[in-house]
Parts: sequence; structure tokens; C-alpha cells
Amino acid sequence: MKVTIKIFRYNPEQDKKFHYETYVVENAHETDRVLDLLEHVKGYNDGTLSFRRSCAHGVCGSDAMRINGHNMLACKTLVRDIGDQITVEPIMGLKVVKDLIVDMEPFFDNYKKVLPWFISDAPTPADGRERLQSPEQRARFDESTKCILCAACTTSCPSFWASDDYLGPAAFVAAHRFVFDSRDQAASERLEIVAETNGLARCHTAFNCTMACPREIQITQAIGELKMATVTGRVE
Amino acid sequence: MAKVHQFDVIVVGAGGAGLMAGLYASRGAKTAVISKLYPTRSHTGAAQGGISAALGNYEEDKPEWHTYDTVKGSDYLGDQDAIEFMCNEAIEAVLELEHMGLPFDRTPQGKISQRPFGGHTNNETGKPVRRAAHAADRTGHMILQTLYQQCLKNKVNFFDEYQVLDFLIVNGRAAGVVAIELATGELHTFHAKAVIFATGGHGRIFEVTSNAYVYTGDGAAILLRHGLPLEDMEFFQFHPTGIYKLGILITEGVRGEGGVLINGKGERFMPKYAPTVKDLASRDVVSRAIYTEIRAGNGVDGKNYVWLDARPETINKFAALDGRLNPDGTPYTITGEQVLQKLPDIIDFCRVYLGVDPITQMMPIQPTAHYTMGGIPTNKFGEVVIDDRNTVFPGLYAAGECACVSVHGANRLGTNSLLDLVVFGKHAGLKAAEYAKNADWQNLPGDADAGARSALDALRNGSGKENAFDITVEMKKVMFEDVGIYRNEKGMRAAIEKVRELKERFKHVRVADTGRIFNTELLNAWELGNMLEIAEVVAECALNRQESRGGHSREDFPERDDENWLKHTLAWHTGGKTRVEYKPVTITKYQPKKRVY
Repeated sequence: MKVTIKIFRYNPEQDKKFHYETYVVENAHETDRVLDLLEHVKGYNDGTLSFRRSCAHGVCGSDAMRINGHNMLACKTLVRDIGDQITVEPIMGLKVVKDLIVDMEPFFDNYKKVLPWFISDAPTPADGRERLQSPEQRARFDESTKCILCAACTTSCPSFWASDDYLGPAAFVAAHRFVFDSRDQAASERLEIVAETNGLARCHTAFNCTMACPREIQITQAIGELKMATVTGRVE
Repeated sequence: MAKVHQFDVIVVGAGGAGLMAGLYASRGAKTAVISKLYPTRSHTGAAQGGISAALGNYEEDKPEWHTYDTVKGSDYLGDQDAIEFMCNEAIEAVLELEHMGLPFDRTPQGKISQRPFGGHTNNETGKPVRRAAHAADRTGHMILQTLYQQCLKNKVNFFDEYQVLDFLIVNGRAAGVVAIELATGELHTFHAKAVIFATGGHGRIFEVTSNAYVYTGDGAAILLRHGLPLEDMEFFQFHPTGIYKLGILITEGVRGEGGVLINGKGERFMPKYAPTVKDLASRDVVSRAIYTEIRAGNGVDGKNYVWLDARPETINKFAALDGRLNPDGTPYTITGEQVLQKLPDIIDFCRVYLGVDPITQMMPIQPTAHYTMGGIPTNKFGEVVIDDRNTVFPGLYAAGECACVSVHGANRLGTNSLLDLVVFGKHAGLKAAEYAKNADWQNLPGDADAGARSALDALRNGSGKENAFDITVEMKKVMFEDVGIYRNEKGMRAAIEKVRELKERFKHVRVADTGRIFNTELLNAWELGNMLEIAEVVAECALNRQESRGGHSREDFPERDDENWLKHTLAWHTGGKTRVEYKPVTITKYQPKKRVY
């Protein structure tokens, strides 16, 4: 089948302003990933086309893009899902560096703000074995361990578009992963961070993040649980 | 002139091995981790099923059994001292990950949960044992996340999206690396006392692969160019269950949970090939069984794939026939909901890429190029060794998939890759920091970045007659067909010819992108150069080894030949020619015997 793919192009070394280029991929298959099409265009139409990619099956988080207006992973979106007229643009709210590549630093800076690492002063068990955690306690934060930091959620959020110092949904998911882990002891510290001016209060429950998440994490619910915890101080 | 940075220890690569090395080295030395990706994009994150350790959380298990299973899995090519070391360290390594906060799944008692995996057995009964500690089917993802988080917590220095292009040697010692900063195109020289390569494998030389685009053998190719040898390059693992055509991995954990392989006639075929452990035999055994079925006309619809069946009714039927029991002695059964809970990503992959729901439908699978057993030769402390006497190259270390310790020998057991990178990443980091403490700085020459610069210039100045994309496609095809699961002399000679032709054509590639900022075309071309060199060495080593062992199956030499081939290959590649020598296998407790599963 023939697929027409319109791609956002911007080369800071040549262009004053972005533009779109349209390419036709003959002999495409309905099972092709958008990433396959991008690779094809790069290989045969224009080697300068630039985008990030690595695992090509939705687990590394490199290739979040706006595909036909929605944030998705290019490697997890198939032609059969979206049809033969495809528009690809960079995710929004982060500075475009070149073509589909954006500056991820503000995103990772926000992630780092919520102390996304395990914190516990409790001594590990005397026999050197694992800390115990019941299957129910483990299940409590299972959803938020799925996050691959692709930024599809954060860059779909109107509050983040307004200002990139808003922590954003991905950072909240990271906070959630530790706040609700029965072994972690820094919940109150993290809750204080997410309750600050640039934090939870600026979530207006638009649900864009949940819609955008390629890992199908119930992000809005996770944010709701954090909001509740900041009010009650309870993290069960 | 490149920017110059100075660190005691430089780690190249930020997957599991690189992060573990960075974490440990940074405790004793000024350390930086350089990666061509953001660390969380590394391929460790794609590992699914588990990490092995004889924790014995459900049933009796011992490090000795883990050791023996690994030796047997390696088809006796693994070095037994290193294997024993790894399996003894395994328990502590997995517990350390838990102490770092890794969210393992839990047993009803709250301990780390474990599942059966291929080749993991109770050595007394021969039956599968639950040894693979897991976090759903994203264990690698959780290891990568946890180690990255620990590095952040401990303020490890990162240079994200810097591609290392060259290794610097001064006075026969490691002296640093040269890297290009992707965002600016600038070259940076990293002056260091010790360098640890943790650059991953090279599965992208094959057409059907579970490996990430970035798995292009960079570290191994860089050292090869500097006249260092690579070990056992003929050994590459083809994982039995990749999604048909796409190669995306379907974890062995599916079979660990009771899934079975079914041929085109609707028969479960693994009992024919592995009467005791059946679908949970070693990966090489299962991959060959699938191909044997396909060649006998038992593929589905005459095509080159078979089914993996994880529907609860199938699992329960065969679990009952096999007499599989739960730890409490009751018969093993599973519901659709439990399959979804234990294997959520697998279900998701199948729904997205195949439009198949594994709870109600079978999955079409074929073997997929998965893991590099060979690589940069090291001892069990991660020190790179450069000859048959295991002479250490001062200041140079390697760990993880790019290294060959060798703990995997001719065939790696499932879950031992994650164990390998945690154990040997740690020891490489410790050893490098210790070395850096006592070593002197080597003075860098003024033109330290000349090698990197000329490599990139060559790619910009080709005639432009050839297309890099075409060359990539042709290389992958010939390597998968002729240096794949089954190999013979004729095919491999043709493959070597073809790869050499592609190397010639590669000289005519010209990168169209003349820019500096994120010139991904330039980097992809440079990676292709690495893959071509590696592919040639893989094919030549495979042709050279006239026996079948583990992942290396010769149609013209179908038997293992311990008399002549119980030895490691060391391959040097200089001036376009490959030279092969050998190194003895370390055998301590386990004399080679026939492998039966």
C-alpha cells in the first residue's frame, strides 16, 4: 500500500523557521510502524531527517512524537491503527532542537526534583535477606513502575505547555512509585515537593496524560492519589 | 581541538553493566558515565523474564545447581571458575537490588518471587526449579530504572547522548576516550586512568532480532581496530520465541508460566527434543527444535513459524499431563487474569503488533537474534585480557553483553544476562577505581582526537555512489540466512564474500547531512562501519569452528568435538584480515558430558 507521511522539519543550522515535508512511501504494509516509515524516509528520501529511536518496541521511551495530533510512540503506532495519511510532529512544550528531536533536559530536570530514588534509613534485615513486602503492598504502586520516561504524558499537558517548570505528570508518576512503596520512608518529603507551587495544584485533570501514556498507566488516578495524600498525609 | 575532560574512571555505556560500574567506581574514584543514549533508553530495559539467583524462595535451590546448570547450558565452553564466582555472588547481587528498592514481585510470604526458566533445574530430580527473580515481565526495565535512580542519588556524573568514537592508548595503557556530543557535534576528549566498556551487543547485524537499533557492537569494534582480540565471536544466541517477522522478544517466562510450543499440525513438539524439561530446555536446543520442525514441513501453513500457546486452557491441560505442582503440592493451574498479571507487556506486544490476544489466541513465533555470547575477553574482575595467557591490558575493563568472561560459553541460560551485568559491572567498577588510585596519568598527545576526526571525515567524503541503508539491509539478510541458527561452509563462505563486498561498497557511502547538530545520519553510518567489521569476524570465526556447540550449529559438523574444539577462539582483525588463536577453557568440577534436557 501507499502511505503519505507529512513530517515536521526544522534544521537550526539552515532554517529560520520550521516547515513540513511530505513523502510518499510505496510498498508500505499496514503492519508497518510509523518508525519503520521514518527509517525508510531517512534511508531513501532524506538522510538528514533526525529523530531518536532505540528499542523499536515501546519499552525504551526514545521516540515519543505527535502522530496525527496525538502523542504516541512511533514504534508502537502501526499504519493499520491510523491510516495511510500520517502527520508526524515533535512533542510539544519542549524546545525543538532538530526535526523531531526536542530538548529533553527540562523534562529530566523535573523528574529529578521529586527524588526519584529509593530512600530508607531502616536497616536491611539482619540476615542480609530481602525486605518483606506483601503482594498487596507491591501491587499498590505497580502501575507507576511501568513508566519509561518517554514524556508523552507531560508534553500532552496544557499546564506544561504554559510553563516547563511545572513538574508535570511523569514526575508525579515517579513520585507515586515511591510514595506508595511500603518500604520507602521519604513519602512526606516527596509530598511536600509535589505540593509546591509548580506541582499538583496546576493539574486541572484534563486527562490528556492518561490518554497519551503508551504504557496505559492511569496517570490521572495516580495524581489524584497524590493529591489526596497531600491533604490527608496518609499513604496507604 | 576537542574539549578535554579529566576523570579517574570513564564508563562507556549506561545500561545495567555501565550503571553498576559507574555506581561502584564512583565510590572510590572520580567517575563519569558516557552514553549515546539517555541511560533509561538502554537495552537492559528490554529484558523481561527475570534475574537468576538460588534464593530458594519457593523450593530448595543451591548456587552449585545454578553453577552446574550454567556450565551445562554453556555446552561446557564457559569458564567454570568464573561461572561459580557469578552464581555464588548471585544471591547477594539480587538482594542488593532489592535493598536499592527494586520492586520485585512477591511470594505470599513477602519474599522475592521466582519463576521457572529454561535450563534451570533441581539437579537431583532434573525438574525445573523456580530460580528467576522477577518483576512482572519487565525485570530488565526495573533493574535499569533502579540503577539509574541510585546513580542519581549518588550524584554520578553523566554525559548523556555522547557517542564514544575512539579509545586512547598511551604507553600501552588505557588513557581515555574520544566522544562526539550529539547535540552540538563537538568532539570531547576524556582523559582517564581507567576505561570501562559496557557498550552492549551487536544483534543488529542480523535481520530478525530482538535487539535495539543501537546494538551495533561499538565497543568491541573500537577495540578490534586498536589491535585487541575478541573472544568466541562465533557464538550468538537465537532466542526461540520472537514475534514472527518482527523479532520482538516473547520472554521464556511465558513457558516458565506453563506456555507450550505447538507446530503447524497442532502438536506439542518439545517432548521429542527434551523429554524431561520439554519447553524449558536451553534456548539453543529449543531454537534448533523449532527449525527442525519447520524444515520437516511442520511450520504453520508451510511458513517458517510455529505457535506459542499461553491460553489458560492449554497451560492447564499440559500442566496436568506433566504433573506440575504448586510449591504447596496442589496441582498447578492458571487463569486468564493471572496470565495478564504475570505477563502484561507480552500481552500488550501481541495486541499491538500482531492484533492477537494471547489469552484467547496462539502467538506466531520464530527464533530471533538475541544475545552476543562472545565479545571483549575479560577475567572475572572485568579486566580486559588480550592473549591466551590472559595478560591484562592495564587500565582497560569491560562488562555486560560486550564482554566475554566467559560465563555463557556457547549458549547463555535465560536470566543470566541480567545477573552477568550486575555482578561483573560491580567488579569492573571496583577494580577500575582501585587501579586508578595507584596508576599514574598518561600524557595525551596533542592530536588525541585525530582518529575519531578522520573516521568521521571519511564518512563525509565518500563518492556517494552507495546507499548506507541498502548496505545495512543486505548485511542483515545474509548474516541471518547464512550465519544464523544453522550454518554450513558453503553458506558462510558466501556470507564472508558478501560482507567483504559490502565493506568495499561502504567506502563509497557519503553522509548527506553536513550539519553538526544531531547528525544522526553520520552516527548511523559510523555504527554501520562497526557492524560490518563485527559481522566479518563473526562469520570468519563461525567458519573456522568445525563442530557444533551451543548456539553454533554446523550442518557439516553436527557433533560437539571436545577433542579438538573444547577451547575459546581469540580473533584479531587487522589490515582487513582476521587471525584466529585459541585459549583453553577453565574446567574445575564438571567434566564435559553429553547434554540432555
